[in-house]
Amino acid sequence: MARTQVHAPGSLGDDRAARARRIGRRRETRAALLFISPWIIGFLIFTAWPIIYSGYLSLTDYDVINSPNFVGLENYEELFRDPKIATALWNTFIFTVIQVPLYVIVSLALALLLDKAGRASGFFRTAFFLPKMTPPVAVGILLLLLFNGQDGLINGVLGWFGIDGPAWTTDPDWVKPGLILMSLWSVGSSVIILLAALRNVPQELYDSARVDGANWWQQTRKITVPMISGALFFIFIVNTIAGFQTFTEAYTAFFGSGNTTYSNDAALFYVIYLFRQAFEFLEMGYASAMAWLLFVIIMIFTAIQIRVSRRFVYYEGEQR
Amino acid sequence: MTTQTRLDSEAAAPEPEKRPRPARRRRRITPAKVLIWTGLILATLVFIYPFIWLLSASFKPRGEVFDNKIIPETFTFENYLNVWDEAPMALWLWNTVLVTVLAAVTVTVSSAMVAWGFSYFRFRGRNFLFGIVLATMMLPGAVTMIPQFLIWNSLGMVDTLTPLWAQNLFGSAFYIFLLRQFFLGLPRELFEAAKIDGANNWKIFTRIAMPLCKPALIITLIFEFQAAWTDLMRPLIYLRDSDNFTVPRGLKALLDQYGFGGEWHWEIVVTASVITTIPMIILFFLGQRHFVQGIATTGTKG
Repeated sequence: MARTQVHAPGSLGDDRAARARRIGRRRETRAALLFISPWIIGFLIFTAWPIIYSGYLSLTDYDVINSPNFVGLENYEELFRDPKIATALWNTFIFTVIQVPLYVIVSLALALLLDKAGRASGFFRTAFFLPKMTPPVAVGILLLLLFNGQDGLINGVLGWFGIDGPAWTTDPDWVKPGLILMSLWSVGSSVIILLAALRNVPQELYDSARVDGANWWQQTRKITVPMISGALFFIFIVNTIAGFQTFTEAYTAFFGSGNTTYSNDAALFYVIYLFRQAFEFLEMGYASAMAWLLFVIIMIFTAIQIRVSRRFVYYEGEQR
Repeated sequence: MTTQTRLDSEAAAPEPEKRPRPARRRRRITPAKVLIWTGLILATLVFIYPFIWLLSASFKPRGEVFDNKIIPETFTFENYLNVWDEAPMALWLWNTVLVTVLAAVTVTVSSAMVAWGFSYFRFRGRNFLFGIVLATMMLPGAVTMIPQFLIWNSLGMVDTLTPLWAQNLFGSAFYIFLLRQFFLGLPRELFEAAKIDGANNWKIFTRIAMPLCKPALIITLIFEFQAAWTDLMRPLIYLRDSDNFTVPRGLKALLDQYGFGGEWHWEIVVTASVITTIPMIILFFLGQRHFVQGIATTGTKG
């Protein structure tokens, strides 16, 4: 368009070219929108509308059967009064804060080992990844079986070393440690991400470090970790977001019909409580308010992490 | 250039180690190697043993499930026969296959279309719209979960399998992002040439772009296959009648009934767990290369 103005306006050929271009662009836009239309429709129905509706529901009392009853900010006030919210938030926070760093460290250690495995790395990679293929329900069941306080395998192994293992699945103090340890079983995909990042670190860096007499630990700290900090940060942030939304394993192992014997408040994670409010107690309005609180918390944590990461994360080709 | 520097520094290094390895050094055992291999083998044991434990327990009679022996003292195949009577396992498997195939195929086709729309065409607002696609990935599922349920409820589709896969008709942000990366990697001249030959947009997409991105499409397919097969939350929300259950939902029901529901029949739970897990193990071995490539891509480009 700008170009037509530079040329003599009104000249017939130019006008036609501009029109053709305009039509071409309009045609391209139309074609593009056609291809994108599934997403646009899906976004409007299953994301945009739910966001708005959830905001409205959070201001109501709604049990699905009767129509929503507007109650203002009552649900949000209730969030601060409900002791279970505090419990659930605390459980989720503790779980995430301990699980995520452990998860990153374990996957880094395994990736470093794999990197040195040479031709056998394919075999070990498969071994490390297989747990990730296990359905989370089965992981929850495995947790109950392996961490069983009396005849579980874990306490059996601890017994070889003379350690009297705790009642992982029933003692409220040990429920979260058990869940955290079990979750480390599924580090496989992070190991693969880190291994790919490790293989991208230029060999010259290590060579020159070795010339300078750097030992393995120094090389790892000063070269490997900074060079793969982008991948590490990615794992960190994805797992934090996932940690705040922990559900399936803990729900499988400690909740559900007929399971009232366990001291399950220790495993009451935020999304589990939200799920129960919405679909077991049919408190849709209250659960919506809970969802918004979770959203705000996740946003705050992600923003903090991104800010902090600017100081530590190095992306290749970046000028500092 | 790089090889040059590498060789130079290798030559100058006091101890030229590995890469390129001289043949005679190959078999030397150093303490570092012993440490690495011990670590690898120990880790492998930790990762693989639960599978062995589970598999072995599934061949034990009721009373021996918890004996922690690798080889069952009394080997029995009975659990695998009983589990079909105790629960509609076959029906659950069929439901799961149905949901999984529909979910994987629809999400792959729709996400590819959308990804193509975002990578090939240039139009006003493209970056803005794509920004929204990326932003939806950050949205916790909990926010949309309840209204989505209400939508399906008002359509009378609760307690059918439809809500478990039908939203995939509209693409999924993560796969759109992944596939777009692959499409952007294709040389544009290819499509210009096809255009001159008279191919329309749809033909360019289906005949040229899709076949060239086959690896990425396979990645999407198997990722979603896994996600749909293993999901518990949606089945918990949407399925009521046990005849409609998927295997993970069924497994949870079996756990509630035979695990801590009073009837102490862990051998059934264990056997059903094995049956639920095995298809995923097979899927992994069929698509191992794609899994690894897909995961590495999301990590390095994300």
